[in-house]
Amino acid sequence: MEGLNGKLGNNGIEVEGLVREFKKGPRAVDGIDLVVHPGEIYGFLGPNGAGKSTTVHMLTTLLPPTAGTARVAGHDIVKEGPAVRDAIGVALQEAALDQFLTAREHMRLQAGMHGIPKAEAMRRGDELIERVGLSDAADRKVGGYSGGMRRRLDLALALVHEPRVLFLDEPTTGLDVQSRTALWDEVERLAKDEGVTVFLTTQYLEEADALADRVGIIDTGRIVAEGTPDDLKAEIGRPIVEAAPLDPGELDRMAATLARFGTPERADRGHTAVRLDEGTGELAEVVRALDTEGIAVRELEIHAPTLDDVFLAKTGRRLEGAEAEQPTGEQEVVPA
Amino acid sequence: MNQVAHLAQRSITRTLRQPILFVPSLIFPLFLLAVNASGLDAATSLPGFPTDSYLTFAIGLTFMQGALFAMMGAGQSIAGDIQHGFFSRLQLTPLRGSSLIAGQLAGVTLQGLIQAVTYAAIALAFGAHLEAGPLGILVLFVLSAFVGLAFGSIGLAVGLRTGNGEAVQGVFPLMFVFLFLSSAALPRDLIQADWFQTAATINPVSYLIEGFRSLFVTGWDGEALALAFGVAAAVFVLGMAAASAALRTRMERT
Repeated sequence: MEGLNGKLGNNGIEVEGLVREFKKGPRAVDGIDLVVHPGEIYGFLGPNGAGKSTTVHMLTTLLPPTAGTARVAGHDIVKEGPAVRDAIGVALQEAALDQFLTAREHMRLQAGMHGIPKAEAMRRGDELIERVGLSDAADRKVGGYSGGMRRRLDLALALVHEPRVLFLDEPTTGLDVQSRTALWDEVERLAKDEGVTVFLTTQYLEEADALADRVGIIDTGRIVAEGTPDDLKAEIGRPIVEAAPLDPGELDRMAATLARFGTPERADRGHTAVRLDEGTGELAEVVRALDTEGIAVRELEIHAPTLDDVFLAKTGRRLEGAEAEQPTGEQEVVPA
Repeated sequence: MNQVAHLAQRSITRTLRQPILFVPSLIFPLFLLAVNASGLDAATSLPGFPTDSYLTFAIGLTFMQGALFAMMGAGQSIAGDIQHGFFSRLQLTPLRGSSLIAGQLAGVTLQGLIQAVTYAAIALAFGAHLEAGPLGILVLFVLSAFVGLAFGSIGLAVGLRTGNGEAVQGVFPLMFVFLFLSSAALPRDLIQADWFQTAATINPVSYLIEGFRSLFVTGWDGEALALAFGVAAAVFVLGMAAASAALRTRMERT
């Protein structure tokens, strides 16, 4: 923790001891600390009801914290709300659009709210609409848009005033693979090419793994793990190599060969497995050793730890399907 | 001002793109007017009844009903924005609360005006008489827009307070009680039941209806118009105060 001293300049996020309690409700966010560096994509991963959206609502000034402090883009979220709002772009969980307005009208309205002059608003609006691939639909009412189109417009609207920090609250929930990939590409481009800091909440492991430079895993309002996806997975354990010989009679010899590279593990019938001592870097040597021993391989798989394994190790539950296990009282309650 | 203009443009665009909104607000008051004009025409033979056309007399109620529909429109529009998250989108911009209220009311005012033009055109086409003449039409539209604005601010307050379109609808029957306990059906001095006459006299809605009615029946009645504009102004002030308070509570942002 680098402390809330503005060290991160004008596009970082610093959070210390942030708490949000709801009347007659649970502690939706229970004292979280985190730092997001400028230009970083930070994935905030957790099941439904974990406290992700409540955190976003506090960091974007929509919801005052019960306790704790945070600075976004160098501004205190409680004392300098207007300055925070000026510096951030936000796409909330539901792409809240007016079904009776067109994409172009949305852009003009959003730009107008930010006080952007008309000519600049038109230029910027057209540019963003084109960038998110909505030029052909720009003059159609958004009531007829697909979920993916709505998400893309939502992202474009969040960018109209050129924010330094971008908050995306579950931006790809409900999207098809193509729309999800397109949105990931644009988010990566924003961070890498334009230096925008991205705070992204998600319940998709794959999304956090593919997109985030660092991940914070939140469960019942607390951050249970934080780090790069690779570091988090490495912390949990080394990968397992599982293999099957072409000739079933070679199974024992294959097991002995693999055992040189790590600790034997349970494997499916007709297979043998070992947890690699030195990680995935040894995989090439394993293959070479089997070749040297003249053992023909029918199957060879590597089971790398996933962020779900990290979640399991930290909470005792799996993230996938964890939302079904959330007690009703722990559902996130955020303002509309 | 720029924010107000943008929000007003949105409000007006939404209003014009939802012609279905006008169906109940045009059909219901005009249907009631037709029923009253044909069914209660005998009331014009009462001694002291101010006109021989019940259509001309009853049109005041129609304009007042239009204002109540405008109130519903304003309340449901903001409640919808809250329910669907658009309000949060606006809150994340440097939006001023006063701009939001002013912008939202622009569409309501337009709705009130469109309704007023339609009511007047149909009533005059079917034989209603406008004693105040062409200039009276102008005053009629101004009063309609102002009463729509005033009741729109009440709708806005309810919508902001509850954030729920159904709750806004729940206010509608309550407002109808005010309509029926007013001088909508008979001039106050011809109401026989004392309690009803008292209720109609203390009911501010009576003065709004009488303001509209005066332009049709009496011509230029300064007192009736002053009372109507005065009551509308009072409702507007109350509505705006309630809407501002509700907005402060609703905008929890730091």
